[in-house]
Amino acid sequence: MINLLLFPIIIPFFFAIVLLFFKEQVRIQRILTVIGLSASIVASFALIMKVKQDGIQTLTLGSWPAPFGISMVSDMFSALLVTSTLVITLFVSIYSFSSIGEERERFFYYPAILFMITGVNGAFTTGDIFNMFVFFEVLLIASYLLIVLGGEKRQLRESIKYILVNVISSAFFVITIAYLYSVVGTLNMADIGQKIAEIGQPGIISVIGIMLLLVFGIKAGIFPLYFWMPGSYAAPPVPILALFGALLTKVGVYAITRTYTLFFVHDLAFTHTILMVLALLTIVAGCIGALAYFDLKQIIIYNILIAIGVILFGVSQMNEAGMQGAIFYLIHDMLIKGALFLIIGIMIVVTGTSNLREMGGLIKTHASLGWLFLIAAFGLAGIPPLSGFVGKLLIVQGGFENGQLFGTIVILASSLVVLLSVIRIFVYAFWGEPVPIQPTNRKTYKQMMFPAVMLVALSVLYGVGTEWIFPYVSDAAHVLLDPSSYINAVLKE
Amino acid sequence: MKKNNVILQTTAKVTFFIIFLFSIHIFFAGHFAPGGGFVGGLLTTGAIVLLLLAFDLETVQATLPFNFTVVIGIGLLLSLGTAAGSILFNVPFFTHAFAHFDLPLFGDTELHTAMIFDSGVYLVVVGAAITIIQSIGGDE
Repeated sequence: MINLLLFPIIIPFFFAIVLLFFKEQVRIQRILTVIGLSASIVASFALIMKVKQDGIQTLTLGSWPAPFGISMVSDMFSALLVTSTLVITLFVSIYSFSSIGEERERFFYYPAILFMITGVNGAFTTGDIFNMFVFFEVLLIASYLLIVLGGEKRQLRESIKYILVNVISSAFFVITIAYLYSVVGTLNMADIGQKIAEIGQPGIISVIGIMLLLVFGIKAGIFPLYFWMPGSYAAPPVPILALFGALLTKVGVYAITRTYTLFFVHDLAFTHTILMVLALLTIVAGCIGALAYFDLKQIIIYNILIAIGVILFGVSQMNEAGMQGAIFYLIHDMLIKGALFLIIGIMIVVTGTSNLREMGGLIKTHASLGWLFLIAAFGLAGIPPLSGFVGKLLIVQGGFENGQLFGTIVILASSLVVLLSVIRIFVYAFWGEPVPIQPTNRKTYKQMMFPAVMLVALSVLYGVGTEWIFPYVSDAAHVLLDPSSYINAVLKE
Repeated sequence: MKKNNVILQTTAKVTFFIIFLFSIHIFFAGHFAPGGGFVGGLLTTGAIVLLLLAFDLETVQATLPFNFTVVIGIGLLLSLGTAAGSILFNVPFFTHAFAHFDLPLFGDTELHTAMIFDSGVYLVVVGAAITIIQSIGGDE
């Protein structure tokens, strides 16, 4: 099966198309969504096994030779990301059954999710820079629908900002690709990497590198370019917020990681220093935001910023420990952000508000929710047996190895801020005097708890099972640090 | 006072078929000459828009009783199916096949699976464009 690496893209796409025919039958839509996502998860696990066994999988569409057709490349990094994307989407979809409401489900909610996953997985798998742009648009256009779906006043206002920012950044992406194409004359990423190595990265290539950082930085929300994120992400309902928070920014992080390890590796002192400084500033901005708000959604949204800063700091170190840490932390962060958004969604449903000051004493009525939140919060902050620990440990190790004392201390200090911000939620919402709340529907509550519990359990397993997961992460870091193995796999020399 | 659009409506009826045939021509020309699914689809849409201008939305919906969302779905399925057909033969996705056939009436014709992919594009373009126009123009 040489087409195996495409299955995690094609299967969600196929099911999204089929769902277009069942606009009114919500039950059929739900069943087909779960079947489709489960099938893709099976395919993506098979892909991980295949990559582990046989090395990087490549396929050039249409049987054309490598630099001329569109290459799809699945190394361990992209295979791991594809799998975690699908797993999170499955649980968020199950969560949506009881929380999103039939009105939205009838208006192409599930097809939009599946189209978005097609784009996300495509962006993770593609080996062609223009094809990456196309997959970015696929996921963005689906996300435009998701952010505006329902048509509340706030959603309409924020979706205009979101679309405006993303249209500008997409135009910028096209311009950057045009510059890159006029310099190296190819679009295949492996070929670009090789051509840049041949000409030894003159100034214009570094300029293009910074432009790509701007483009992907807008998508990922790094320091001066995150301004759109807190407002836009808070507008849509919680399941959509969970998908955006867990997946969309990470596509930007992936794109930065890929281009900064494959293309722009010949002037590290310039490009990677800028990346590191921006990463640290992102962490600072995220920390300020995470402490400033008394709104559940905003606190977690600013925690996305902190995580992006931490991951990119690891990437900018360009050594083995830093890269392994970045990959480990990236997957951990996708799982835990998905879980946390689902949990605060339940808290908002239970209390009817997202303002921390109006909550209190939830531990007396919803004890299991409280402990679940506490485990997720400790996981996020990186308390040792849980999932956030190993990634950050490796990133810190990478930082110290490169002598980045100051930056590494910022990373360590940010963990405290993260812990403080989420424990504040716990203290305000779960301790103290109970605030009168509306009785909730137990059945809906249980249905919403199930995916949240599953995601937290997965993240705990991810932390406890580091020993089993580590070989895969190490493989992924190896390809990123040695671009020639990627280039050779695609161009087959 | 009721307006009488008899000239517009009569010309629209005739012109519709001319534009429609031209769009089909452009669509089939795509492989060896400028044209293809996208332009062909837009021209067909143009022809239907002309009908919409000359008549009203209900009349056109009664004349072309398709659910255009479903048309988009069928188009996407056709395109994906063509590309995915290569999976059955264990060759890379999107590998196309072509051959020469001696068809009655047409003589020696080259048939290409890219054609089926293009008809998918055609249906998606028509479906999407008409859906946009219908939902902006409609009162519901």
